[in-house]
Amino acid sequence: MQLGRTPSGEPISGHRVVVTGIGAVTCCGVGADALFAGLLDERFNDDRTIPDFDPSAFFGPKEVRRVDRFAQVSLAAAVEAFESSGISDLSGDRFGVIFGTGIGGMTTLTAQERVLSGKGANRVSPFLAPMIMPNAGAAQIAMRLGANGPVETVTTACAAGTHSLGAAARLVASGRVDVAIGGGGEAVMDPLTFAGFANMTALSNSGISRPFDVDRDGFVMSEGAGALVLESLDHALARGATILAEVLGAASTADAFHITAPREDGAGAARCMELVLLDAGLSPTDVGHINAHGTSTPLNDRAEAVAISAVFGPEAPPVTSAKGVTGHSLGGAGAIEAVASVMTIERSVIPPTAGLTNIDPAIELDVVHGSARPLERPIVLSNSFGFGGHNGCLILGAFA
Amino acid sequence: MADDATFEKFKGCAVEVLQVSPDAIVPEASFADDLDADSLDLVELVMALEEAFDITVEEDEIENVSTVGEAYTLITSKL
Repeated sequence: MQLGRTPSGEPISGHRVVVTGIGAVTCCGVGADALFAGLLDERFNDDRTIPDFDPSAFFGPKEVRRVDRFAQVSLAAAVEAFESSGISDLSGDRFGVIFGTGIGGMTTLTAQERVLSGKGANRVSPFLAPMIMPNAGAAQIAMRLGANGPVETVTTACAAGTHSLGAAARLVASGRVDVAIGGGGEAVMDPLTFAGFANMTALSNSGISRPFDVDRDGFVMSEGAGALVLESLDHALARGATILAEVLGAASTADAFHITAPREDGAGAARCMELVLLDAGLSPTDVGHINAHGTSTPLNDRAEAVAISAVFGPEAPPVTSAKGVTGHSLGGAGAIEAVASVMTIERSVIPPTAGLTNIDPAIELDVVHGSARPLERPIVLSNSFGFGGHNGCLILGAFA
Repeated sequence: MADDATFEKFKGCAVEVLQVSPDAIVPEASFADDLDADSLDLVELVMALEEAFDITVEEDEIENVSTVGEAYTLITSKL
């Protein structure tokens, strides 16, 4: 990936950025392995909550009541990623965290609103602010793991996880830190959130997530988090780390069009894909697989397909949407899908798109479904698009 | 009015909010040093006590409270 451009337009190379740890908590279970097994077997918790998630494994009895679930799942994914990286000796000053969320502590907010209206202002928790703030996840991770470098939160709705990873990778590429944890988490399985998304007709009435299917009728909301440990190549090699993949590029654009609807021509999304290829110094034919945003909403999947076809042409690489299994965890989604993309590269297998039976004839893509498929070229593009018109893309590749 | 039942009720609130052992709730225990309770913990504890005893405690009244005994005296003075 590039750091930027010189005044004369020449690309500036920074440190190479590699992935040395992954973590995920999803409706497939706790752990990245549970996620990938769920994707391959099309298995998930029916209500799209995280099965067997025990916050007391991560927080003391007093603390557990004072950290919103979105921050709990964020920390859980980050701790798994950090532990799997094997990093043991790291200066806090050389360690950053960029961790996103779409919404933050909504369930705490609604619970405390009930306290306010039922018992009065004097009974509202003194922990309200540190529980609902969207940066609570990043802050919990920094406190637990000792990161004193830049610790920041990106909130670009459903693109937040991908944008956070892009920003974290750029931080490592710049040399400001040796290691950054990037990712995103969400847990807003709350009646108020469901009502809002349902009334805007974004949620599936059938309750079935079926990306790119002709009968798709909206997204299915889930909770979850994903995290990657991103490390400069030199730092990873010096400590003999196991390198899982390399971050080859990241890009971000905006539609500047509508607060919720994507552009029908997918132009903002297409531009983002062009820019991530440019950042990675790759051509479309180098890409072996696209891990799509693929929310299962009529508008997203059509616009994303148009954008992919515009950039990659009729020979676009095979596409999968993880959301047939995982549902849509908003700000967690891009990070969870980045974990899935790393594992797709590591294991050379593309998981199928669950829920897809009859592909929409208007979508001219090779969408993997029915069974998994071998990955032919170990370079994966992961897309995320958020309400507000935010587009985010990452390219991950096998380390060579 | 202060008796064993009142102290047990007080202790129940403290154990619930501070997540400490009931045995640790003794009059001489310091919130900061013995019970790992900071100022926000104390605010939360006072809120629980206000609810349990149906009393009102003003913010400035807890400024000088540093031990369990002091908190208990404050609460019982309002009953």
